[in-house]
Amino acid sequence: MNLLPMYLVFAPLLGAISAYLSPRFAAPIAMFVTMLGVAVGLVLFTNIGVDGWSMALAGWDVPLGIAWRIDGLSATLLLLCWVLGAGISVYALGYFRTETAFWPLLLLLLSGCSALFMANDLFNIYVMLEILGLTAVALVALANNSEALKAALTYLFVGLFGSLCYLAGVALLYTQYGVLDITLLGAMTLDEPLTWIACALMALGLLLKSAIFPLHFWLPGAHSNAPAPVSALLSALVVKASFFVLLRLWSEVVPSTPEILGLMLGLVGATAIIWGSYQALRTPRLKLLVAYSTVAQLGYLMLLFPLSMTATNPSSAYAGVVYFMVAHGLAKSALFMVAGNLQRVAGHDRIADLKHAAVILQPSLFAVALAGASIMGLPPSGGFIAKWTLLSTSLSSGEWGWVVMLLGGGLMSVTYIFRILVLAFQDDAQAPMNLPPERSVTRSMQFVPLILGAFAIALGFNATPIIEAITATQMSLSAGAMQ
Amino acid sequence: MSIYFATSASLFAMGLVALILRQNAIVRLMALNLMGIAVFLWLVNWARAGGVIDAIPHALVLTGIVVAVSTTAFGLALLVKIHRLKDGDNS
Repeated sequence: MNLLPMYLVFAPLLGAISAYLSPRFAAPIAMFVTMLGVAVGLVLFTNIGVDGWSMALAGWDVPLGIAWRIDGLSATLLLLCWVLGAGISVYALGYFRTETAFWPLLLLLLSGCSALFMANDLFNIYVMLEILGLTAVALVALANNSEALKAALTYLFVGLFGSLCYLAGVALLYTQYGVLDITLLGAMTLDEPLTWIACALMALGLLLKSAIFPLHFWLPGAHSNAPAPVSALLSALVVKASFFVLLRLWSEVVPSTPEILGLMLGLVGATAIIWGSYQALRTPRLKLLVAYSTVAQLGYLMLLFPLSMTATNPSSAYAGVVYFMVAHGLAKSALFMVAGNLQRVAGHDRIADLKHAAVILQPSLFAVALAGASIMGLPPSGGFIAKWTLLSTSLSSGEWGWVVMLLGGGLMSVTYIFRILVLAFQDDAQAPMNLPPERSVTRSMQFVPLILGAFAIALGFNATPIIEAITATQMSLSAGAMQ
Repeated sequence: MSIYFATSASLFAMGLVALILRQNAIVRLMALNLMGIAVFLWLVNWARAGGVIDAIPHALVLTGIVVAVSTTAFGLALLVKIHRLKDGDNS
């Protein structure tokens, strides 16, 4: 148990190097590492307990050394990271039949993401954010057409600017408190102007990287022009990694905040939900629809800030938001894979002309139904449990405004999900033509989104372990703060 | 001492302005580097502010420089790729 989490960082790192050195075996190496990673993630998640796991890297203790820490929150996200990694590898096996550069980048990204979820040191987080950002840009650039490369360049600039803002905040905090460890810092932070400037800089950088409205401008281009497995990875995982850092800082480092700040962040989230849904409703292209849906769904995460401040039981706000991240990750990766399948068969992704492709790809459309149910928040899906937790949290503190937002946002997502689903119900009697091989979709490419969509639904039946893990984390944190 | 902090703050601001106003991708990459240097200067200056040299900021800046070099190289490689693709379209 003690060294097990190391696998999640170092195995993909070594795997990436060997996959780069021997392109012929790149795909099998990646498959092996990710499959074993899911197993390790499961073991970690089931054994993490209330106290969690922590380790001083290379035996140097904090504050000189760097500590890694896994609690219920990190264990949940690590498991999500590796389940998505494995699912996307299987899908990419069919999608990238000749492109070998994908595999080392995928493994590097998983390695950086795992280390980020374990990091408990502000500067360590900065390095991991850069690794994630660079691999993500390189993955977008795999599409190799001028539109995708331009989107990749914008993504690179936004990502670098975001990390620099974060780094400037870290430097300011270090000059005030002289420590970088999150736990140590949490016990020291004071309500001072310079601390607030530092927190604002870090928040700006992280909100930009998480594509929270109105800083989402780069997301639709980057996510919709990337190859389908990459879009799935970016939308489901990468934006949430920077939100995870924000969540950590909010719950541990930021000094006690005025309620108006939480309210403002919540309102930003509400605007994101409306704006993203509206754009998803009117865009003519399928991948843009799915990307704008991500913009909308990320808005829900922002409800954490007002709810965690006003709720009688703040830990349920955290549980709801993390549950939302997991459910959205599974459902959104399934949707992007389906979009990739439809695009491959049809040769384009204009929604109006996809009817024919939809007739050929019935299992994919069924996957849209499953994943869509979770995005819309229909019972008994994972999305439903997440929204239900957030709803009951806001009801318990009498915050009716957020209740309206949660229900309204659900209704809006119904409208755009049905724009895809309706394709399956066209009375199109045309027989499927024989497709050229480069436009064919393998069976695994159809079934991976189906399985991920089924996971998103099954999450609703098995909610207690995750909710308990998150609640226990927040409880032990607040208990630690009392002492 | 404070002149270094002021330099660092103004370098950050200059980088920010260039990043927002200028359209040229190479200029923007340089602007990002300038902002990075501003942060490094801040940290290195802080390291000697207390009279005793604090080694941690030095380690941070060294790591930061490595990150900055690799991101710049990556950005330039991406620019070259975009440029080649454009040339291919024209010919």
